[in-house]
Amino acid sequence: MRGLPPALITAIVLVAGFAACAVQFPNIASTRVVGNLLTDNAFLGIVAAGMTFVIISGGIDLSVGSVIGFTTVFVALAIERWGMPPLVAFVAVLALSAAFGAAMGAVIHVFDLPPFIVTLAGMFLARGASFLLSTESIPITAPIYSTVSDFALRLPGGGRLTAIAIIMLAIVTGGALLLHLTRFGANVYALGGSRTTASLMGVAVGKMTVKIYMLSSLLAGIAGIVFSFYTSAGYSLSAVGVELDTIAAVVIGGTLLTGGQGSVIGTFLGVLIQGLIQTYINFDGTLSSWWTKIATGILLFAFIALQQGLVALARRPLAKSAGAAT
Amino acid sequence: MQNSPDPALPLLEVRGISKSFGAVRALQEVDFTLRAGEIHALLGENGAGKSTLIKVVTGVFPRDAGIVRIGGEEVAPRSAKAALAAGIATVYQEVNLLPNLSVAQNLFLDRQPMRFGIVREGEMRRRAKALLAEFGLDIDVAAPLGSYSVAVQHVTAIARAVDLSARVLILDEPTASLDRHEVEILFGIMRQLARRGIGIAFVSHFLDQVYEISDRITVLRNGRLVGERETASLPRLELIRLMLGRELAETTSARASVGEHKVREVCASFENYGKAGYVAPFNLELRHGEVVGLAGLLGSGRTETARLVFGAERADGGKARVEGAPVRLQSPRDGVRHGFGYCPEERKTDGIVAELTVRENIVLALQAKRGLHRPLSRREQDEIARRYVKMLDIRPPDAERPVGLLSGGNQQKVLLARWLATSPRLLVLDEPTRGIDVGAHAEIIRLIRELCDDGLSLLVISSELDEIVTYSDRVVVLRDRAHVEELAGEAVDVGNILAAIAADGAGVAHEGRA
Repeated sequence: MRGLPPALITAIVLVAGFAACAVQFPNIASTRVVGNLLTDNAFLGIVAAGMTFVIISGGIDLSVGSVIGFTTVFVALAIERWGMPPLVAFVAVLALSAAFGAAMGAVIHVFDLPPFIVTLAGMFLARGASFLLSTESIPITAPIYSTVSDFALRLPGGGRLTAIAIIMLAIVTGGALLLHLTRFGANVYALGGSRTTASLMGVAVGKMTVKIYMLSSLLAGIAGIVFSFYTSAGYSLSAVGVELDTIAAVVIGGTLLTGGQGSVIGTFLGVLIQGLIQTYINFDGTLSSWWTKIATGILLFAFIALQQGLVALARRPLAKSAGAAT
Repeated sequence: MQNSPDPALPLLEVRGISKSFGAVRALQEVDFTLRAGEIHALLGENGAGKSTLIKVVTGVFPRDAGIVRIGGEEVAPRSAKAALAAGIATVYQEVNLLPNLSVAQNLFLDRQPMRFGIVREGEMRRRAKALLAEFGLDIDVAAPLGSYSVAVQHVTAIARAVDLSARVLILDEPTASLDRHEVEILFGIMRQLARRGIGIAFVSHFLDQVYEISDRITVLRNGRLVGERETASLPRLELIRLMLGRELAETTSARASVGEHKVREVCASFENYGKAGYVAPFNLELRHGEVVGLAGLLGSGRTETARLVFGAERADGGKARVEGAPVRLQSPRDGVRHGFGYCPEERKTDGIVAELTVRENIVLALQAKRGLHRPLSRREQDEIARRYVKMLDIRPPDAERPVGLLSGGNQQKVLLARWLATSPRLLVLDEPTRGIDVGAHAEIIRLIRELCDDGLSLLVISSELDEIVTYSDRVVVLRDRAHVEELAGEAVDVGNILAAIAADGAGVAHEGRA
């Protein structure tokens, strides 16, 4: 299948890394640690699934971290101050974030602007809006929050698969199916190959662009709700810089930053690798948590170099025959 | 598909199409008729309007006037997509498909077989395989398109177009990047499609291929229709006259008294020089004080020869010598180092820097030759600029004027001045008179003769045969990317050049491409 070979490499790195960690700290190889890893990275996995679509289509979405932050503040205020029922608050915030993403997609297509600039503006807008709502951290005490936090599937070995981890797994699975099995998914790859050619071949490029950014923002909204479950609070400074962690996870997962290739499964593995590094550092106890960033940086470099190598290999036969052209 | 293979009924009718870009009239009342089941070659030299005609018919450019009918119904597509919906599909030289998608996805993008909102991958692959089998292609349709050769990509593009129920197929230089065997396969497919009643319009620079495959030929020149003939009843010589715009009576042009043949010293020589798939190996001797003309149709390998000589393209075989000493020409820098100069055909994009002044443009090559650590002083620059503005009569005589504001002829002179300032031994001029008004034209030709009398060696490319005959001591004729004949002395005349271009080159075609 398309995009699998790089994702396979990510899988190998993950398994090897996990094995190495397990040799040093045998406790890591337990369902408890794995369950926590999934819970801790649930919001990242959700938002990264959306980012995968954006990057494969040849774009980028820098606004997702801010959308998460806005969502947590909005949900907290809506439930605690405005007295909205939690589910209504969720629906409202998801509608808002989807509309926000759709607007960014429309601006990118209609004015033919680089997604980098448009979503950068979106990033400032969403972050600014969340500060406007509230600058302080608002604890959420609604009963649904404790219910959801307490819910978990017991795993053999004492681990817990929490509700938010289940939501993340469901979204990753759904995202993978959407990308690989539907016409929408094929069009995402087509856009990443070449927008002009895709449009010549009959793909409705404008509609697709709007839908892709809408999907990304919608998933960022869901990630924000999950994040608020995770922290039981809404804070305008939450998830600062998450867009970069997300992009890192997508790239480590084997998705080409220039678009056209990649997979949601790879992204999921990329998220797990970042989580594994974090877990290792927690187990070690003496390392600064910033080593996570350093390790992520090194991995990013390695994967980008690897991709360039693969791309060069893939282009070789083409370049040869094209050389005879002129 | 309800194609009416009735040959009398025109499938695609283009009547009185006109198109202007600003003041340039790219097409003037052009007619074009394509019958069902025929292969129709659309020919013309550079700037004749072939591409514009295709783009206007397929709705890429809006047209100023004229109508397009398909099967008797008037259509006015506004985009390539709308043209496709109307039954006109175009396959360009650069394949417009997505190399990152699988072959099957490329064939069925946006119309995949679906069930419950899910693409039926297996069914799609089966259909893709069946479709390509019709075109004699048996490949793994799940592999990315980009992993296949250009030929396979072309066939895939054609298969997609035909499967989209195209009735009119336009192929824009489909064979330019294919080898002989691939061309055979493509021609087989074209004939098969024609038998199914599809009308095929075909643009090519390879006359042998045109005679091999086409039923009829339409020739454009300078945006006008100059003829529509049956291929079988159109001799090559006649075709080339149509393309180059020559009447039989004109062929005896006044040849300036080119200096009598005294033995001159060889300036640069090339032996078995060539590059596979670019230009077949050639032998060429350039002497001091001599003009060698390169004649041939567009795409015959003239510019390619010039680029090899200058070092802008690397040869993969043969020897080059300058003043008898063997040299390596790997890059334009090498060319400049050995005292070569090159004025390219695309003056605006490859030659002048429009924003810089006349002075800055003139000293550019000299400065590059000296290196950055030996800058020319402003005084030296002024001096050089003044000298050449005067010598070449560049108008207005203002060295501080941005070159973009000068006329085409004066821009050409600035380019000449740039290379003359480096005191070259060999100057390569690619279409030095293109897009220049008549007065400046004569002047450039006078300059070419004068430079040559000063001992410079010149290699000049021109599509204007009269012109080439006027100033050349020798003329090398090219056809299908190979040097086919060299005319010298009395033999240099328009008739001989035309005959050499038109000679049936079936045996020569594609040699050196293997």
